Amino acid sequence: MTEPLVVLKGVNKHFGDLHVLKDIDLTIGKGEVVVVIGPSGSGKSTLCRTINRLETFESGSIEIDGKPLPEEGKALAALRADVGMVFQSFNLFAHKTILENVTLGPIKARGVKKADAEKRAMELLERVGVAHQAQKYPAQLSGGQQQRVAIARSLAMDPKVMLFDEPTSALDPEMINEVLDVMTSLAKSGMTMVVVTHEMGFARRAANRVVFMADGQIVEEAAPETFFTNPTSDRAKDFLGKILTH
Amino acid sequence: MGDLSFAAVLSAFWLTIQLALFSAVGALVLGTIIAVMRVSPVRVLQMLGTWYVNTFRNTPLTLLMVFGILGATYTLGINLAPSSINDNNFRWAVVMLSVYHAAFVCEALRSGVNTVPAGQAEAARAMGLTFGQTMSQVILPQAFRGAIAPLGSTLIALIKNTTVAAVIGNQEAAGLMSETVENQGSSIGIFLIFALGFVILTLPLGLLFTSMSRRLVVKR
Ligand SMILES: Nc1ncnc2c1ncn2[C@@H]1O[C@H](COP(=O)(O)OP(=O)(O)O)[C@@H](O)[C@H]1O
Ligand SMILES: [Mg+2]
Repeated sequence: MTEPLVVLKGVNKHFGDLHVLKDIDLTIGKGEVVVVIGPSGSGKSTLCRTINRLETFESGSIEIDGKPLPEEGKALAALRADVGMVFQSFNLFAHKTILENVTLGPIKARGVKKADAEKRAMELLERVGVAHQAQKYPAQLSGGQQQRVAIARSLAMDPKVMLFDEPTSALDPEMINEVLDVMTSLAKSGMTMVVVTHEMGFARRAANRVVFMADGQIVEEAAPETFFTNPTSDRAKDFLGKILTH
Repeated sequence: MGDLSFAAVLSAFWLTIQLALFSAVGALVLGTIIAVMRVSPVRVLQMLGTWYVNTFRNTPLTLLMVFGILGATYTLGINLAPSSINDNNFRWAVVMLSVYHAAFVCEALRSGVNTVPAGQAEAARAMGLTFGQTMSQVILPQAFRGAIAPLGSTLIALIKNTTVAAVIGNQEAAGLMSETVENQGSSIGIFLIFALGFVILTLPLGLLFTSMSRRLVVKR
């Protein structure tokens, strides 16, 4: 593996009595693409949200690029700026134009000049194929276009690692590929990525590793081809049996 | 209509307008601060905000007004304009109108905050914006636009509630009306003149806010 970028050691988290993350150990190397897969409710979203501290955790440690996660305040905001996040429901700012959505972070969190931020934003919007929509508002775009804007918005912060939480689950089928294509080219360009998804095509094409979660635990880790053709745990076999019949 | 001159009515309503303008600004600023406290992640601030709203929304405005003069000025010696009784009365009226209506502004804004999907605040935090930046850039602009109708109702209530300032000696519209009635006896005519004045102030505002809330709604 390359130099480690995200390192989780013995991470535990509860929601009340519910033990959602159980002793999670996970290391993600620079430039690595890790797909997280597992049944609904197994803790995949919580894992992503814990990595950039949208959720707190009780024990264990999380380091990003050698630095432990800060508790609160400015240091935490700075860390989050380095960790991009793309959500299932896009979460674009509804009152801002597409261009403003992409420039807000760089201008406010990084102190980039407006003109520079706009120039870079247009390049990124070009890259994800929505540059011609720059002056529109999110509600005027299709779901697939919105999600590509959300990816551009994350990229504008020059993140060290990007987290994707089921980025295509809320999309109509005909729009899934346009988003996966952007993600695949991002993976090829060397971005470090953690992707929660059930899209096996993407996992095979772009991932270095598949992590299978069930009941808050990492049950199995393997290269995509190995995992999909020859899973070792019963939970994984059972799960793959269910999603493959669809 | 006896001695009630048009000039006197105008100058009384001018004072009403001044009370309303200053208090509206005060209530908007204070109400926004309280609303931000109530949605902040800090428990102590949340509790303070909740306490504020419960206290001031449930205290009669007349009581607050009287407290400004009898309690604050005479008992505690907090005079807001030592050289002029009229100015002290006016300033206390503005303070109390602001303090009272801030509680309603806060609740209107909170209803506006609820129109903003939680995911947007999360996206803002996730990209490294601080709480203050998330509020000012993402949540509040949409909250104001989602709360225009209740904010408008609060402003209209505030304009009508300026009449309570008469109890501490402000010669605004209601003050002039009760003085006129005392001196000349009551008449439907006098009552109608003042009622009309308030309708002229509030009716266009109501229409304006209704059309604004339609035009400025955030498309989702
Ligand atoms: N904010 C929360 N409060 C309480 N329980 C939660 C919360 N978020 C998630 N959970 C619970 O934690 C478990 C894991 O959820 P999640 O991480 O969303 O799973 P996944 O993304 O794998 O479907 C589920 O049982 C879910 O109901
Ligand atoms: Mg999930």
